[in-house]
Parts: sequence; C-alpha cells; structure tokens
Amino acid sequence: MEVQSLNSEIKETKATKNSMRISGSEAVVRCLIAEGVDILYGYPGGAIMPVYDELYKFQDQIQHVLTRHEQGATHSAQGYARISGKVGVAMATSGPGATNLITGIADAQIDSTPIVCITGQVGSHLLGTDAFQETDIIGISTPVTKWNQQITKASQIPEVLAKAFYIAKSGRPGPVLIDITKDAQFEEFDFEYKKCSGVRSYLPAPKVDFSKLAEAASLINDAKKPLVVWGQGVILGEAEDEFKAVIEKSGVPSAWTILGASALPTAHDLNVGMVGMHGNYAPNVLTNECDVLIAIGMRFDDRVTGNLATYAKQAKVIHFEIDPAEVDKIVKATVAVLGDSKETLKALLPLLNENTHKEWHQKFKDLYQIEYDKVIKDDLYPTKEGLTMGEVLKEINIQSKGNAAIVSDVGQHQMIACRYAEFNLTKSNITSGGLGTMGFALPAAIGAKMAAPDRDVVAIIGDGGYQMTIQELGTIFQTKVPVKIVVLNNDFLGMVRQWQELFFEKRYASTDIKNPDFVAIAKGYAIEAKKVVKREDLAGAVKEMMASKEAYFLEVSVEKEGNVFPMIQTGASVSDIRLS
Amino acid sequence: MTAEKKSYTISVYTENNIGLLNRISAIFQRRHINIESINSSVSEIEGVSKFTIVVDLQEEQMKKIIGQIDKQVEVIKAYYHTDDETIYQESCLFKVKSDLLFEERQIQNIIKESNARIVTVNRVFFVIEKSGMKKEIELLYREMKPFGILQFTRSGRISVTKQPMEISKMLKAFN
Repeated sequence: MEVQSLNSEIKETKATKNSMRISGSEAVVRCLIAEGVDILYGYPGGAIMPVYDELYKFQDQIQHVLTRHEQGATHSAQGYARISGKVGVAMATSGPGATNLITGIADAQIDSTPIVCITGQVGSHLLGTDAFQETDIIGISTPVTKWNQQITKASQIPEVLAKAFYIAKSGRPGPVLIDITKDAQFEEFDFEYKKCSGVRSYLPAPKVDFSKLAEAASLINDAKKPLVVWGQGVILGEAEDEFKAVIEKSGVPSAWTILGASALPTAHDLNVGMVGMHGNYAPNVLTNECDVLIAIGMRFDDRVTGNLATYAKQAKVIHFEIDPAEVDKIVKATVAVLGDSKETLKALLPLLNENTHKEWHQKFKDLYQIEYDKVIKDDLYPTKEGLTMGEVLKEINIQSKGNAAIVSDVGQHQMIACRYAEFNLTKSNITSGGLGTMGFALPAAIGAKMAAPDRDVVAIIGDGGYQMTIQELGTIFQTKVPVKIVVLNNDFLGMVRQWQELFFEKRYASTDIKNPDFVAIAKGYAIEAKKVVKREDLAGAVKEMMASKEAYFLEVSVEKEGNVFPMIQTGASVSDIRLS
Repeated sequence: MTAEKKSYTISVYTENNIGLLNRISAIFQRRHINIESINSSVSEIEGVSKFTIVVDLQEEQMKKIIGQIDKQVEVIKAYYHTDDETIYQESCLFKVKSDLLFEERQIQNIIKESNARIVTVNRVFFVIEKSGMKKEIELLYREMKPFGILQFTRSGRISVTKQPMEISKMLKAFN
C-alpha cells in the first residue's frame, strides 16, 4: 500500500511538472494541434461554444472552416483524409448538429476513411433529461463508428482524443466520434498530452503468417490464368510501390474496385480496368475464367461480385486482408493472408516467380476491343447529337494530363468518371463507394483541395446530387478554395431513371427533376461559371476551367436519356455483363 | 443445402466500458439474429468484463458474428463454443403461495428431487431457487405449474469452457 501511494505521488509530481492548468475546451484544441491537425471542418452551436472560443484564440495555428451544413463538414473531412492519408476532423454541436454528421460518418465507416468527429453535448447533469438540443449521439453513432466515447470530465480529454486519432488511423481506418459535455469543456485541469501508441484490446493489423504467404506464392506461381482484383487496401496501406512490384514481377493482369482506382496508373500495362456492376468487360467476364483470383485489400462488395452463386467458382481465391472479419465473409478464401498490405506484399515479392502470362493477357485485350467498339467509342467520341458524360471526362483527361484528383458524387456520372478518368497519381479517385452518398462530392472536393492545394481537384457531380449539398458553394465563396466543379446535367436522376427504363418499363417515377439556373446560383456566390450545351464549345470550356486559378463552375448539358454500360444486372453473373 | 442451427455460447472478454453492450447487441440486431440469453459480469481478470451470450445459429454464420464482435475496439477476445465444450448453468426463482408448501406434500418432493433450494418462506409466499441446465429448469417449471406459480424468472446462461481461455496471456503480451 505504502509503496503504491508513493508511486502515485511520484507520478503526480511528474505530471504537474510538464502540465499546465487549462480548460477542457482549450485542451481539445491543444490536442488537435498536437495531432498535427491544421484544418478542421464544422459548425458552431450552444454545446460546443467553449471549444469554438478556443479555436478563435488559436486561429493562427489551426484553421476552422465553416461549412454550411454539418454533413458537409464530415464529407470535407473525408475528402481531406482520402487525398492526404491524414485524419480528417469535423466538429458540431449537440442535437441536430451531431445528427447531421451521421451520413458522413456512415460513409466513412463503410469506406474505411479515418475521421475524428467532435461533438458538444449538454452538461452532464442534464444527460438523459431531454434537455434542449440533447440527443444520444453515442447511441445513434455506435453502429456507424469504429469507436466512440463520451467525455464528462475535462481530465479525460487528452487520453480519449489521443486514442481517437490512433484508432481512426491505424489498422483498417474508420470514423471515431467523441462527445464532450459542456461542463467538461469549462472544467479546468492539469493538461498533459501524450500520443497513443496502443490499446490493449485492439490489434490494428494481424501478425503476418509466413506459411500462408508461401502458400499464396505457390498458388500464384503455378497459376496459368491469374487475376488480381485490388481495392482501397493498397492505398490505405500505402502499399502502391509494393503492389506494383508484385504484379510486375508475376505479370498478373490486375483489375480494381471503385475505391482501389488510382493505386496503379491507368496507363500501366497490367491495369485491365474496373470490376463490378459498371466496370470493364474483360475483368468481369474473365473473373469467371481465371484459375487463381488474388484479392488484395478488397471486400467482395455485392456491386463487385454480382450473383455470388456464379462468382469465380472455378478459381482458387487468395485474400490479402487486414481485417480478419472480412475473410470468408462473402467469398471463401483458399488461402487468406492476413496483415497490413505493405507488409504482406513486400514479403510476397521475393517468393514470386517472374512471369508474363502473354496469352492470358491477350484475352483481356480482345475483350477490351469488344467493349471499345460497342461502348467506349460512342462514349468518348460520339457522333450523334447530344453531349455524353464520357466526352467531358475525356476533355478533362486531356487538360489535366491525368494528374487531377477526381471527386465524384453518386450515380451515372460517378460510374462514367471512374470508368474514364485517367490517373497517374494515387489517392486521386475520391468517391462515395460503399454508402453511395449523393451530395458527397462538393464538400469532399473542398476538403481534398485544402489538403492538397498544389493539385487540381475536379468535382464531377450530377444535377441531383449537386443539390443535396449545394449550400457548400457558400464555403467555397468564403474560403476561396479553388475547386473545379463540373455538373453533368441531364435533368434527370439519371441512374434511377436508367433502372426505370430497363426494369420498370420506363415509368419515370420522380426522376424527372426540374433544375434551377445553376450558373446564376454559382455567380450568386461569386464563383466564375459557364454552361456548355454544344459539342464545339466543350473543349474550350474545359480548358478555361482547368486553367483557372480560382474556383470554377462548369455545367454541361448532356443527353437526357444516356445509359451507362457495361452493366451487370442485379442477380446476374459477372460474366453475363451486358454491353447494351 | 443449409447447415443445421446449433446452440452456441459466445464468451466476450471486454474492457469495462459504458455503451459496449449496445455495440455488441447491435451486431446481432443488424443481422436479425435473436439473442436467446445474455449475461454480463466481471471475469477472472480484474477490470475485464465478460459477456455470455447464447444464440442459435449455423456455424458458418457464427464464425462471421465472432469476427464482427472481435473487431470492436474494446473487445479483448471473443470465442464461441458448443454446449459440449462448456460447463454451463442457468438459475431460476419461483414464487409460490406458502399454503401449498404444507397442503401439497408433493411440492416438497419436487423440491428435493430437483435439487432446488428454498430461499425464503413467510406466511404469504415462499421462494425456491434452482440452478442447472435449461431443460432441468424447464422440467421444474412444468412440475410446479399445476400448483400455481405467482412469479417465475430465469437467468441468462453463465458458462466456463473446458479448454483454457488465455486472456491473461494476451493482455500480458500487450504490456
């Protein structure tokens, strides 16, 4: 006993030596600065005011961006995180401020994006009393967060926030929400900050089992028709170089999921395109012909697999994965290699034999030619009247030389953007993959541009999704962040309309959308704006937009009833992908 | 061909944290899985809590659920076991009118034979307690029912495994 109390005394003296007496709210801001946060996104309100007061005092060290809606704050934090690999931060008040974060949090959860959300909460004595702007945000956010925690005492702030950043970023990343009662923000305590380096109940990445790696390598070495399908795990693990080395040595044709895009340059010889519902013809069809399917950092989403009963049944499956819960969740793995992709791919490389798989590659080329003739040619070089979404992407590729980050929303334009955007650089395809959140792109583009000011950030948005977060034009107006906004306007909720055309006998229920004068709206926010309706004006307009040093809005009127092909119908097999 | 459902006992060792029950039960709720019983208590390790959850599932599904539970940040380790692999008990309480204890001789026999225990007796009612397997408790319930039960309650399952669970070792490895 005596020894114990002596020890704790020593600890306390140490603490006071390095600590200072400050309020909980100041501690929050100091923690953010200590974690390297330079920008955060949010919206003030009653229960978070003490923290905002501190943000005001620390504005030379940390920039707070006032979004026009809390949902925008989460998407901006996501865009920031996706392009930089750093943790994005969003802040909101209690009640409606907190609930407005939920869509972005759910999006970050399903797309494994590291963000930390900080919400104010009513005073702890009011918890559970239905106080003004009280909501159980811990209860509400539990199913869509990697971790969440409520703080009711100032002294908990440093440790909990350190843990929040550690958990959000490490392992398979995800969103963390920290809810801080107002009294904890006011309370003074002895502040000392220590970064978190581990949580005993949490193993970020499983230890690599080298026997599994050897098994995987021998399957790959023996394969005659191997196919790699990689996902965002390559990007999140910062394993782009290791990945490239692995596929170059083994010569395996490699396809990507929507979130894996840009981990390997589009122009790379081994890049055979996108898998999934609107992916490329060759990798979808040949998924059902390969003998070894090598899944790297992807989770067999239903939009990737189509009908599971007929998905790659002939193939042995190797699954490189950081999250043990993903193994055998959807597709049974012949060999599962658990671990961080950088580590596993690096260790795999020396075990692989050199190969080229020339004949097998030819099959991809042959099928690409079919897709080109039936789909791509008319998308990119249309001869009929009416602009296509594809030709807009083509012009952007020409002007950006493939170096822009493309932030897409959700719908037809998203599929077209992902199919046709050319990427030279990783972390360049920022889109809402798993949740399919319309309204994602505009605020996400703001966050992305702020995190990577030297890069061109082009938001590609449909006329429907644009109006879900259009108020963030105000954020652009106020911060002057030079994002480029392209609205591909077909005066329809296009993807739903396409389904209505194909599967509901053209009953266009509530997809015919009456749109405002988008150019006038952008100009109302003092954003340079232009509208293109004719093919001959497109190239010039895109060039002007890409050359602009300021925020720029470009609306392109595209054909009203264009469809996205190829397409795997719901319930169909990947190899039954239709071209028209 | 669908595999048969079995009764599984899930043991979840966790940090003692507000809200964790919510996080774990949400995993079942989201997949439309009914929890047969759930019990939360301290464990053999100081500061570590233990949930004991009983569900009827196919093993394939059970594995996936364990993966989802195990990946929660504050879960130290989750296991699942079949009934054969565990020693388990449930407990129950019956509240019965006191008159019956003296008027119905048979009740005393039932209590004796079932290894139940009289917890308290007063002029109005008496309470018997029984620990055992679910079916023993169900049998006792059926036997007691004709006499009139004022109140009945059964606890969730608690269990220990035949094989060791190396939680302490895991925690030591972290330190």
